[in-house]
Amino acid sequence: MTAAVLEIDDALAQYDPVMGLEVHVELNTRSKMFCGCPTEFGAPPNTQTCPVCLGLPGALPVVNARAVESAIKIGLALNCEIAEWCRFARKNYFYPDMPKNFQTSQYDEPIAYNGWTEVVVDGETYRIEIERAHMEEDTGKSTHVGGATGRIHGASHSLVDYNRAGIPLIEIVTKTIEVPGDKAAAVAKAYVSMLRDLLLALGVSDVRMDQGSLRCDANVSLKPTGSATFGTRTETKNVNSFRSVERAVTYEITRQAAVLASGGKVVQETRHWHEDTGITTSGREKSDAEDYRYFPEPDLVPVAPSREWVEEIRSSLPEAPTLRRVRLQEEWGFTDLEMRDVVNGNALEPIVATVELGVTPTAAKKWWLGELARAANESGQELNALGVGPAEVAEVQKLVDAGSLNDKLARQVFDGLIKGEGTPAEIMAKRGLALVSDDSALIEAIDRAIAANPDVVEKVNSGKPAAAGALIGAVMKDMRGQADAAKVRELLNAKLGI
Amino acid sequence: MPSITREEVAHLARLARIELSDAELDHLAPQLDQIIALVGQVSQVAADDIPPTSHALPLTNVMREDVNVPCLTPEQALSGAPAAEEQRFRVPRILEED
Amino acid sequence: MSDLTRKTAVELQELMTSGQASSVEITQAHLDRIAAVDDSVRAFLHVDSEGALAQAAAIDAKRAAGEKLGPLAGVPLALKDVLTQEGVPTTAGSKILEGWKPPYDATVVKRLKAAGIVILGKTNMDEFAMGSSTENSAYGTTHNPWDLNRIPGGSGGGSSAALAAYEAPLAIGTDTGGSIRQPGAFTGTVGVKPTYGGTSRYGLIALASSLDTPGPCARTTLDAALLHEAIAGYDPMDSTSINQPVPAVVEAARRGDVTGLRVGVVKELGGEGYQPGVEARFHEAVELLTKLGAEVVEVSCPHFQYALPAYYLILPSEASSNLAKFDAMRYGLRVGDDGINSAEKVMNLTREAGFGDEVKRRIMLGTHALSSGYYDAYYGQAQKVRTLIQRDFANAYEQVDVLVSPATPTTAFPIGDRADDPIAMYKNDLCTIPVNLAGNAAASFPCGLADEDNLPVGFHVMAPVMRDELLYTVGAALESALAEQWGGVLMAQAPELEVTR
Repeated sequence: MTAAVLEIDDALAQYDPVMGLEVHVELNTRSKMFCGCPTEFGAPPNTQTCPVCLGLPGALPVVNARAVESAIKIGLALNCEIAEWCRFARKNYFYPDMPKNFQTSQYDEPIAYNGWTEVVVDGETYRIEIERAHMEEDTGKSTHVGGATGRIHGASHSLVDYNRAGIPLIEIVTKTIEVPGDKAAAVAKAYVSMLRDLLLALGVSDVRMDQGSLRCDANVSLKPTGSATFGTRTETKNVNSFRSVERAVTYEITRQAAVLASGGKVVQETRHWHEDTGITTSGREKSDAEDYRYFPEPDLVPVAPSREWVEEIRSSLPEAPTLRRVRLQEEWGFTDLEMRDVVNGNALEPIVATVELGVTPTAAKKWWLGELARAANESGQELNALGVGPAEVAEVQKLVDAGSLNDKLARQVFDGLIKGEGTPAEIMAKRGLALVSDDSALIEAIDRAIAANPDVVEKVNSGKPAAAGALIGAVMKDMRGQADAAKVRELLNAKLGI
Repeated sequence: MPSITREEVAHLARLARIELSDAELDHLAPQLDQIIALVGQVSQVAADDIPPTSHALPLTNVMREDVNVPCLTPEQALSGAPAAEEQRFRVPRILEED
Repeated sequence: MSDLTRKTAVELQELMTSGQASSVEITQAHLDRIAAVDDSVRAFLHVDSEGALAQAAAIDAKRAAGEKLGPLAGVPLALKDVLTQEGVPTTAGSKILEGWKPPYDATVVKRLKAAGIVILGKTNMDEFAMGSSTENSAYGTTHNPWDLNRIPGGSGGGSSAALAAYEAPLAIGTDTGGSIRQPGAFTGTVGVKPTYGGTSRYGLIALASSLDTPGPCARTTLDAALLHEAIAGYDPMDSTSINQPVPAVVEAARRGDVTGLRVGVVKELGGEGYQPGVEARFHEAVELLTKLGAEVVEVSCPHFQYALPAYYLILPSEASSNLAKFDAMRYGLRVGDDGINSAEKVMNLTREAGFGDEVKRRIMLGTHALSSGYYDAYYGQAQKVRTLIQRDFANAYEQVDVLVSPATPTTAFPIGDRADDPIAMYKNDLCTIPVNLAGNAAASFPCGLADEDNLPVGFHVMAPVMRDELLYTVGAALESALAEQWGGVLMAQAPELEVTR
């Protein structure tokens, strides 16, 4: 099964890759594209269906207004033109998980078209032209039974759940992307990642790639370096993580290069991405049997968004994530590296919210990235699922600022918050975490430390004040960390006369 | 020269997923040929500058609010299924991935 | 009391309100009639005696309790088997849906139930409404009560035959190219195709979505109008439904005044290919309208000659896609599932076994018309012709209020006569098709018997979009004037059916 591949450097020395990316996004509408069934993920099979999304004889679709609004939002955010009048079309092909054996989609009249966006890779900005964004519906989900590991091949039969059938999808299609070969895969990844952020910011999708709510098909072809003629392309389906997008594009470049370098021809076909082995395998060949016989959907009337509506939606759009990020970085004074860590750690939004509550950006970053993201990572949770929000972070920082907690104790408070032990105050009480601010208790501890470490005192007295650090450590240990180290130093210095 | 050949009819049957027998092909191909000759008359109409009509009436923007309505129960959904298993529609093995 | 099955819906309502008959009695009388004559007529595919009597009893109880009931409450009706009725077998005349019981009601069915109308059962039809004779039904042909050796028309032959056989006073049909009006004409009954979007298609098993229209069938104009009012009106479940009040059809049917009405005779719908007896009755009816005060002129609709070819591109194209859902996966027939055959193979085998010849012909024709390389020449061009036909209508309605023509070129033909000549069969719908392409309203009203064969002739009236009431104005005027001439309604001249049981 495994095809010959060239090393990526060798491949790029001879060929320039040309890409096109098709991203399918499931919208987070309450109801489906054409009926009132719920869209919740993970519901028991066939509990979210009706005559419409099951394709029962006689049933008819009605367009979800919010899905149209979301489509327009996405189109505007990608700098597209919004159609003044467009129709749905039927894409006819047979497949068991498609209830009507046609997909209600859009064909030559997409709701949004001719847009562009930008991605940044290694400090370089690349412009990506958007061909179109159109509305369509998702299919049901098949489980293949009786074969090895649920694969379609070797299965004895399949079981179909139509809960997903009819969930609104927006398909976003780029024009051909031609960037320096060594950047292609990274640009592809950055594009999908940028789309995710954009869709989240727009609030139109949950963008849970693990649940398939954002799926990418990557078209890749090669042309000999310097040539103007495009090669034959393949379409790699269902590449469902950022990293996979990068890997799949790289793999196709190296595979196609090997085919061409050995004098072969790239076959125009659909290919399947295998996450586990990191390769693509041949799916079906694009043949004349694939004649979708598109025609205008007679059961739905045209969508003609008024210019007033479009402008109203435009004015409600949030700031574009890329622009906003640049602005925030400047406001916060973070370095490029710090900002990248924040973004990659999914901590941008929590930090924004925490800063809004009066915390300095640096402190907010310290807790979200240093403490909470680490804890989330260790327990394999999403950051926003930890149970600690911007309000708690702000409260803890207020206690630090007031001198009631130091950083070390604050970490324990966060630990308590994550474990659901109550409010910061309750956790401090329960765990006995408050800083000791009573000077007499500290002075007693200092006296004990001096008495227990005559050698250290000797060193200090003989002109090595730095040795006092060991005494501070001893005091802090005695106080079980619940002392403000700066205060201890101040009192100790006074005692030792330095 | 027929307007549609037997081979083309066989191809259409594959596209339409109908397993036609040879006898049916023999019967249907000439009938389709006649019908296509009849319907081909539309090409006699000079209509280059005429807009096409896909819908009987010129309605636009018919949409519904994004609200949930009661679904069928799984029992109702599966009530017509030729075969069901684990609350899902049981279908024969599928040859090709979508 | 005289035979309840001979009454109109209006008369039945009077009997119920005056306490002379109950809905149960009326329903039972019709069930008995079905048992007596349907072996020879074969109008019904399924008779729901139990459900009908239960519905009737419920209406009687409501009436006894003094509840305010609609004008058709308790009146029985025959439902074309193309509309879903929850829990009642619905086949659309096809083997591929044999035994399917829908889990939901069509909007029309919901409204029938809400109006208290008693649904007797489901009537025979050409498979998926593809045909003009009911000979394409997978369950056998329906026979015309006027002559059992002849077809009753189609696709809604079962509904119209049920009326003509006195098995029901009301029926529902659906009209895609004439499937209400042509059987109405062939059986001497009234058949109305409302404005497209005037009646909901939700729950109507689609043939051609942009053409299909459910509508009322009855033996009198007023009965049809009452049924029209009961089922029509905006439905948010159908995106192509018109959000406007229902035209005042009942009032029009009661008044029936054509004084000053401008009537246009369509020049292109007559002449060669039209049976002389049909043309004679048609022209007499036009004369009669003139006498009644209508202003009659001749009108030309030059693109109507292309309506038939355009229709036979648009319909099969939409149908090929609409019928793709019948694939043996979720409901209906499944053939060849032996544990070895793939889903793809099972789909192919099921569709081969489950669809009849005409359905296959049209699916393949539509598949062809939509194929890459043919789309522009066929489907695209047909849509342009559709525009031209709409313009013909628009131009005509600048001069006249309604257009008229014979409903069909001939009277009912013998069973088997055109069964394997699709083109001859298609030509049945020459007069009725243009309206479906344009979306406006039309109806067929009985206007006499052709001299050659003593079979009913239909008078076809075409009104502008959402002016459905004009149909009833013309129909009612003709009906009363003709009844006066004949000394009774046309149906009174129908031969008595032999009671077989």
